[in-house]
Amino acid sequence: MARFLARRLLLAGLMLVVISIATFLLFVVALPGGNPAPLIAGRLATPAEVHLISVRYGFDKPLWIQYIKTMANIFNGSAYSYNQGFNVLTEIKDGFPVTLSLALGAGFFWMLSSIALGTIAAVRSGKYQDRVLTVLAMVGVSMPPFFFGSLVIYFLGYKAGILPLQGYVSLVSNPAQWFWHLIGPWLTLSILFIGFYSRVLRSSILNAMSEDYVRTARAKGLSERRVLVKHILRLSLLPVISLFGLDMAQVIGGGAILTESVFGLHGVGYLAYEAVGNFDTVTLLEIVMLTALAVVLMSALIDIMYAVLDPRIRLT
Amino acid sequence: MTTAIGSEITFDDQSVPGGDESLPPGVSVYALAWRRLRRNWVALFFGGLFLVIVVMCLLAPVYSADIAHMNQTAGSPTSTITIGGKQTFVTSAVGVPIGPTWHLGQYFLGADELGRNLAVRLLYGGRNSLAVGGIAMVLTMFFGVLLGVMAGFFRGAADTIVTRVMDLIWAFPAILLGITLNITININGLGPFHHTTVVTTGIVVGFLFIPYVVRPIRAQVLTMRSREFVDAARQQGLGSVRIMLGEILPNLSSEILVFIPLIFANAIITEAALDYLGAGLQPPTPSWGSIIQEGLQQFPAAFHLVLIPGIMLVLTVMSVNIFGDGVRDALDPRAKVRT
Repeated sequence: MARFLARRLLLAGLMLVVISIATFLLFVVALPGGNPAPLIAGRLATPAEVHLISVRYGFDKPLWIQYIKTMANIFNGSAYSYNQGFNVLTEIKDGFPVTLSLALGAGFFWMLSSIALGTIAAVRSGKYQDRVLTVLAMVGVSMPPFFFGSLVIYFLGYKAGILPLQGYVSLVSNPAQWFWHLIGPWLTLSILFIGFYSRVLRSSILNAMSEDYVRTARAKGLSERRVLVKHILRLSLLPVISLFGLDMAQVIGGGAILTESVFGLHGVGYLAYEAVGNFDTVTLLEIVMLTALAVVLMSALIDIMYAVLDPRIRLT
Repeated sequence: MTTAIGSEITFDDQSVPGGDESLPPGVSVYALAWRRLRRNWVALFFGGLFLVIVVMCLLAPVYSADIAHMNQTAGSPTSTITIGGKQTFVTSAVGVPIGPTWHLGQYFLGADELGRNLAVRLLYGGRNSLAVGGIAMVLTMFFGVLLGVMAGFFRGAADTIVTRVMDLIWAFPAILLGITLNITININGLGPFHHTTVVTTGIVVGFLFIPYVVRPIRAQVLTMRSREFVDAARQQGLGSVRIMLGEILPNLSSEILVFIPLIFANAIITEAALDYLGAGLQPPTPSWGSIIQEGLQQFPAAFHLVLIPGIMLVLTVMSVNIFGDGVRDALDPRAKVRT
């Protein structure tokens, strides 16, 4: 276990370094001349002013020095966005509760719904419930979040007046309003995952049903319910859990850009989206590192959960 | 008795093995799959729907020239239409465009904020969305299969490099990478591309999906390379390239067939998402995503600009997905057990 964790962390560290270099280079390529100084100086700046900014921020130094300096700033928490002027860490800290509320609430909802719907579809496989759920899952998978979000805002928010149109209220200031404002985003983010997960769970349950250990469980006289919950579901949930971990990590790291921007939630994803539009390398670097970190940690966590759920797997 | 048995086991010199009339003819995997698919009415219906959408979009120039008499960028907020002897502007005094008129020749689906014909832009936008999806799909499949087969077949250093690079692309949020690449191309140019077009967007979206194909293909090839038929081919003195093309690739064909609709559908959604975020095709080029984005600027007054392209988008993606699901069930030998 300790060896497993150590190797995983080492690999994670390496991955983070490579990802940060790739992101850094991508943005250097993106900028005219690889120098963000003209963007910071603005449209009316003289060449002398641009040069002054280049020297002040160190854009005239070799790339690898710039990279190391930027990374050092990020780890010190003293990285400032060149063109927006804010401290990146503060911005991320501001956006993080929004994204976390979105991710945890939606994750809870989509996991619960997928397990329920996937199990029903598998148990009733071939019957009409299965067919209806299959078509619904396909609708869910085909639904772009920005379109579904618009539908929710228009019909439930604007026409019916049941839900608020947009925005976020913090949990601490008003829990009821927090919940109210997040229903739409939770639904929107969940739809896609429910469609996909319930299909994966359905086929994995159907595969498990023909396994020997299930026949053994039935043969020793266990009730059908107990066989389903204790024997079939326990193993069938593995692929869904590994999907869940990675998707959750992506959402927490700012992957829910579409949902966040449709509902005007100023979370990490929205921050990343704005950063790309502003060529804000520093902010983007920090967010991408956060995502990568979340993904790497989650995938280690998934491997541990695998070993817990499936006694045949050993971590080495 | 003995003669009867004897006559049964006598070999006829003229008959070739398998060519005997009394034996049922061999049926290929694909013929079997087609038989199963033919019985799947839902999949066939949605496959047909997809074809209808494609044909409609391909006929966009015909509609715009002969029925609507407007091209995709023509029109102004002060254009007027006459329905039932009553003349109205296509946008109201405060700039809200009219909704569907349901008159084929006159702003059938309404106008947008610049007085352009939504039906015409919807069809042309569909062409762009489908083209991006098609380019992305071809690119993803080509490089995904190429890299997956090479990584799985050669293993060693090639495998390590491919797998690590794919992990790297995977670790970067897909939409964020798409926006970054597209904006880069649009502002500063990347290689031979100087601004975002249908082709560059197709390439960017295709690039994003390569890891999704490489991983499963590589895993499949890894299990295949130690199988007897590969050994046999090697014993016959075939080189690596011929084994990959002649032995491994044909065995991957059903996997590849399953991926094609999946990647196509996801590429269309991703392109629309990029448009929605303003990082896709640039105005005035229409696409379903960009029409939705323009419609949301006037939320909630001009909701038909969101609803109509959105429905087209969902219908297209859904029909591809359901048809693809049918193809997968048909190709899967266990499909009979499952349903």
